[in-house]
Amino acid sequence: MRALLVALMLLVAMPALADSNLPPAYWSDRQLPDPRQEAQAQTLMNELRCLVCQGQSIADSDAELAGDMRDLVRRRIAAGEKPASIRAWLIQRYGTWISYKPTAEPAAWPLWLAPLTLLLVGAFLIRRRIGLGKRS
Amino acid sequence: MSRALRFAPLAILLVLISGLVWRLATPADTTIGSKLDGKPIPAFNLPAALPTKPTLNSADLATGQPRLVNIFASWCVPCIAEVKVLQQLKARGVHIDGIAVRDRPDDVANFLAERGNPYERIGSDTQSQVQISLGSSGVPESFVVDGKGIIRYQHIGPITDDEVPMILAKLELAK
Repeated sequence: MRALLVALMLLVAMPALADSNLPPAYWSDRQLPDPRQEAQAQTLMNELRCLVCQGQSIADSDAELAGDMRDLVRRRIAAGEKPASIRAWLIQRYGTWISYKPTAEPAAWPLWLAPLTLLLVGAFLIRRRIGLGKRS
Repeated sequence: MSRALRFAPLAILLVLISGLVWRLATPADTTIGSKLDGKPIPAFNLPAALPTKPTLNSADLATGQPRLVNIFASWCVPCIAEVKVLQQLKARGVHIDGIAVRDRPDDVANFLAERGNPYERIGSDTQSQVQISLGSSGVPESFVVDGKGIIRYQHIGPITDDEVPMILAKLELAK
């Protein structure tokens, strides 16, 4: 009986999460009234990485810090700031790591060149296979 | 197909597996450092976290003396242990200011009443906005700011007992 009681109590117990007691920021889970601005905010939020759940975007993450970042993004877009400048502001603080959008930095060159290289290799293989260019 | 080429898929598989095993054994470092290291502290104004303590504004961080800015919260478990270490630093003459993230005045007051208050000034950052503007990604974190308001060092995670000499050295360097 006691074991059952403990089990039932454990079932409803709140896990000790490292979360604050404050409610989420106002704009964290609320859409902007202007649909065009909300769309801009959504696009940007999907391309910003959450600092807590590092595989997720801030649009997907339930972390409090992600909520506060969504609030920051929506507030700034509502104030008329361009998404590119918000992204740049965050990159200044956290590095290119924070943005999911691939950059044109040298570190990303292999990424841009890979499809081209693979296409060339593919063309070369096909050429060899079907014997084009070999006119016997 | 040549004989050697026949083993190519196996070789690729082995490379792949050894790569995966290596990354499992030595996981990548996931801490995200602030890129503002060496740059001036961004301007901010915060409301006071406690009615009895002055608040913290960015202007308070360029006073000619190096200061330690500690980002903490009453709901943050590692911060409990860190307060004791901050007291040690305060006893060694370090000026410490606090930024309470997502916190309520009552909770901050209780937290500090129980464990002692190492802070000279405490600002309340209820929506993590100043935390984000500093490039910080969690609590606790500490920044060494020199007398001109330039960030000289960022410490991620709690400052432990054995890190006290290192922090003192960083503050000395910032003079």
